[in-house]
Amino acid sequence: MSEIPVSSPPALSPRLLPAGDGALVVELGEGIVPALNAAVHRLDRRIAEAGLPGVVETVPTYRSVLVSFDPALTDPDSLGRALLDLAEGLSEAAPEPQRRWVVPVCFGGAHGEDLDEVARRARLTTAEVVALHCAADYRVYMLGFSPGFAYLGGLPEILHQPRRQNPRMMTPAGSVIQGGAQAAISPTAMPSGWHLLGRTPVRIFDLRRDQPFLLAPGDRVRFVAVPAVEYDRLAARAGLLPDRETVADDAPTDRGAAA
Amino acid sequence: MTGSHLRVAAAGPSSTVQDRGRIGYQRYGVSVAGAADPLLHAAANALVGNPAGEGAVEFTLAGDSLTVEGGPVRLAVAGAAALTVDDEPVPAWTSLRLRDGQTLRIGALREGVRGYWAVEGGFTLAPVLGSVATHARTALGGLTGGALRAGDRLPLCLDTATDRGELMLDPSLLPARGDDLRVVLGPQDDAFTPAGIAAFLEESFTVSHEADRMGYRLNGPAIEHARGFNITSDGIPLGAVQVPGTGRPIVLLADRQTTGGYPKIACVIGPDVAALAQKRPGESVRFRRIAPADARTLHARHRALVASLPSLLRPAGGFALTDSARMLGFNLIGGMVTGWE
Repeated sequence: MSEIPVSSPPALSPRLLPAGDGALVVELGEGIVPALNAAVHRLDRRIAEAGLPGVVETVPTYRSVLVSFDPALTDPDSLGRALLDLAEGLSEAAPEPQRRWVVPVCFGGAHGEDLDEVARRARLTTAEVVALHCAADYRVYMLGFSPGFAYLGGLPEILHQPRRQNPRMMTPAGSVIQGGAQAAISPTAMPSGWHLLGRTPVRIFDLRRDQPFLLAPGDRVRFVAVPAVEYDRLAARAGLLPDRETVADDAPTDRGAAA
Repeated sequence: MTGSHLRVAAAGPSSTVQDRGRIGYQRYGVSVAGAADPLLHAAANALVGNPAGEGAVEFTLAGDSLTVEGGPVRLAVAGAAALTVDDEPVPAWTSLRLRDGQTLRIGALREGVRGYWAVEGGFTLAPVLGSVATHARTALGGLTGGALRAGDRLPLCLDTATDRGELMLDPSLLPARGDDLRVVLGPQDDAFTPAGIAAFLEESFTVSHEADRMGYRLNGPAIEHARGFNITSDGIPLGAVQVPGTGRPIVLLADRQTTGGYPKIACVIGPDVAALAQKRPGESVRFRRIAPADARTLHARHRALVASLPSLLRPAGGFALTDSARMLGFNLIGGMVTGWE
């Protein structure tokens, strides 16, 4: 597979889109592209830091930010102008530090029933699939679908596969899954058509924690393979949090195994 | 001391505790939820003296039967439902004082889909992510994360109702709700052909049987996409009209998912999302385009209406008010009732 060029900054074309009486969309481009998504999260941070009056919350996604506002406190014209100002120079901005979570995963067997099938389809051994997942530097493109569900970009291209023909009615919380070009960790027990590769004892959504959501939009994730005994040992620990590293956000991460 | 409770003697088809919703967590994939009709929700709260955002119960098509344990308790129902207390008819849109052991039965709504009942002081429920709103699909909020069930006991903040007269609200003072849903085009109106936009704005649609707190699927002419029906998933604002491959629009309500991959031709403004949430299957709606600036004006007017609800209340049944400050308030507000919408 040829390597995707990642060094050139994305050609951003910020535009403002109306979204009803209490929201605006700032769209930076099109598609699921690491550099574009990195710019989205940079914009999202800028909006948070700017403290614009009337902004209620933001939802950063692959290529745009949905900005909810209180029409009693701001008007869409002046808010829109302020947002477009913040969207200038995003691709040239200096890299900012990011959180990278190092997440222990027990791959295969009862913890990951689809690992063999994914390997067979990719014409790889299961050990090679695990090594590819652990070498990838995943980026949290966005959260959606259900509380805490993070879409992870950076699945090595050789592992891109269509979803299961037959979705599972239930996959356990902590399942490490892949579907299409993306990976994810299931925050709760849920139905899923993605391939089940392994399981982590880390709960990425836990209302008992001060910070219920482990992963925030723009975070990075690295998987570390652990044997079943280590999984069991970690799973016995209440409120387990994975190790955290600080990395720069200047290297979009779709290079997969090349990293 | 266990405090006063309301025991659910019988639950309506789908009754959930709601407030203004879970704000600030959509970025983590958490749906907003909250009252599908914030105006009626606020009206029920106003009748018992609560702030507009207090947790109250949204019932669907028919209400619950509630037995007081402790009390007395002050309750009010907003919605066109027949009510009884221990089998004696009592009015809706009026606060009621119920003693220990009395049972309020809330019957079927004669019109609309959702009614609300509120209790003075609200419920003693722990907020989840800043809100008591129930989002049943993800089992967040409310008493148990889901709809009320017979046998549930809702803990109340007040042991005893405060000493004041009962109040009523004339529902004809609330704005009439027609079939027009005012929309602002976008964010993805450019994903549709001119013929598709014309069908959307000029034709009439009917509410299908697939209509709930998450979304209302509408029947009508197919809305033509310009180039496929998949977009890169993005955030979904309240009232978004998404058009999947069938061309049949779905308007997204309070329980909507936070992100989605269908193009959104337009967004219904907040006050009209509430109006839609009161429409039953088979009822018709039309979309009417307005400018974003007008949307803001209408939103502000609706907000002012919600804020003014307490001033629209009147003493119930010729009850003599003891609170002179309240009395003064009524007199001062007397001339301000008209003019909304």
